[in-house]
Amino acid sequence: MEVTTNASVDEAQVWGGGNKPLNASYGKMMMWFFIVSDALTFTGFLVSYGFSRFKNINSWPIADEVFTHFPFLHGIDAPMYYVALMTFILIFSSVTMVLAVDAGHHMNKAKVTFYMLLTIIGGAIFVGSQAWEWKNFIKGEYGALETRGGQILQFVNAETGKRAAIQEFAQGIASERATHQSYNGIWYEDEKAMPNVSLAEVKKGFLADPNLVIRTQQLTQEGHKTVLSREASLAKIDEAVEVVEGANLIHNEYGNRLFADFFFFITGFHGFHVFSGVVINIIIFFNVILGTYERRGHYEMVEKVGLYWHFVDLVWVFVFTFFYLV
Amino acid sequence: MAAEGHKLAIFRGLLKFKSNQQKIWGVLIFLSIVTTIEVALGIMKPQILMTSFLRMKLLNWIFIILTIVKAYYIAWDFMHIRDERSGLKNAIVLPLVILIPYLAFILILEGDYIFDVMESGFVAWNF
Repeated sequence: MEVTTNASVDEAQVWGGGNKPLNASYGKMMMWFFIVSDALTFTGFLVSYGFSRFKNINSWPIADEVFTHFPFLHGIDAPMYYVALMTFILIFSSVTMVLAVDAGHHMNKAKVTFYMLLTIIGGAIFVGSQAWEWKNFIKGEYGALETRGGQILQFVNAETGKRAAIQEFAQGIASERATHQSYNGIWYEDEKAMPNVSLAEVKKGFLADPNLVIRTQQLTQEGHKTVLSREASLAKIDEAVEVVEGANLIHNEYGNRLFADFFFFITGFHGFHVFSGVVINIIIFFNVILGTYERRGHYEMVEKVGLYWHFVDLVWVFVFTFFYLV
Repeated sequence: MAAEGHKLAIFRGLLKFKSNQQKIWGVLIFLSIVTTIEVALGIMKPQILMTSFLRMKLLNWIFIILTIVKAYYIAWDFMHIRDERSGLKNAIVLPLVILIPYLAFILILEGDYIFDVMESGFVAWNF
């Protein structure tokens, strides 16, 4: 708009958005308002997680026992190291993002390009790590039995105190097992993929090995899972109705069913944010290379996606605390 | 925000940086230290912090406080809230600071109540 000395035009400009009382452009303000509303969405997720957790405070799975994997360290119990690494990666990619924004203020195209690239790589590593984390979570490790009321029964070797995997101690029973498909029975009933071992096989293996005892979902005063005696275990195993291996939205071998649901929804929603952040960063990255912002005269667009990217990092800080630490 | 208009002091002026870039690295070091402390506490789980305070373990309170500290520095220094006008700052921060604790409080209280009902109530759920 041309600058005029006419007072009435100035007045019109003021009311038409001519001045910026908050000293921020409309795009940046909209990004902030989006972030505020998105923060409330994540709050809804995390608070409902807190609700379910306090509701089942004495039987909630212990995160340290669920997330124990680290790449290339098979069979080694490494709780939390991997998510800690993921957190560092995300914080670091947040730093490269601020550096890109800072370089943008100095109109330094080469530096903006370089830091944007580092940010994209960091984000991609994070999303990949999350996928790996999901894979381990879905696959499961030891397997468990589920009772009619949806309680999970896990197995422990009473001698060593270590968890026992149902796939290892189950004893095969010579019987023909086939997945029930909708075309060879009632058409509206079919079965999902079968577990590797049947309930009868797990029971047989359990009865054969006197060292095995059952671990229930209930937490003791000290915050460990309750381990039953052999006698109590023998009584308890008759309550089992189903074999559970790994996790999905209906069953999971780690404990309370809601645990897996919240894990999938919250880390999934966050992972979706990271993914879309990476996509947006890539678009901006190419715009930087093409010189779009150089011609525009400012790199504010980098600052706006930067806000989004930091927000994603901010949310992860909370997800990390409430899922893995607390 | 003007390119030059960065406030370069953190910790209430205790630590001043010469340039914005230095401040960014400084905040990164601080966030890394806090995360390392969190992870170390999470792995060691010192017995002394296992005592219950306001129906939650002391350790968990520490985790939540450290998380909020991290969130503060990410928002203030990485998202440049420190450099914004107070009007914009309040418009962003106040709704969250008011609504989130409120929602957390009522829902967690309700969760705790339902726990008591299931623990001592008439409904058999552990069968």
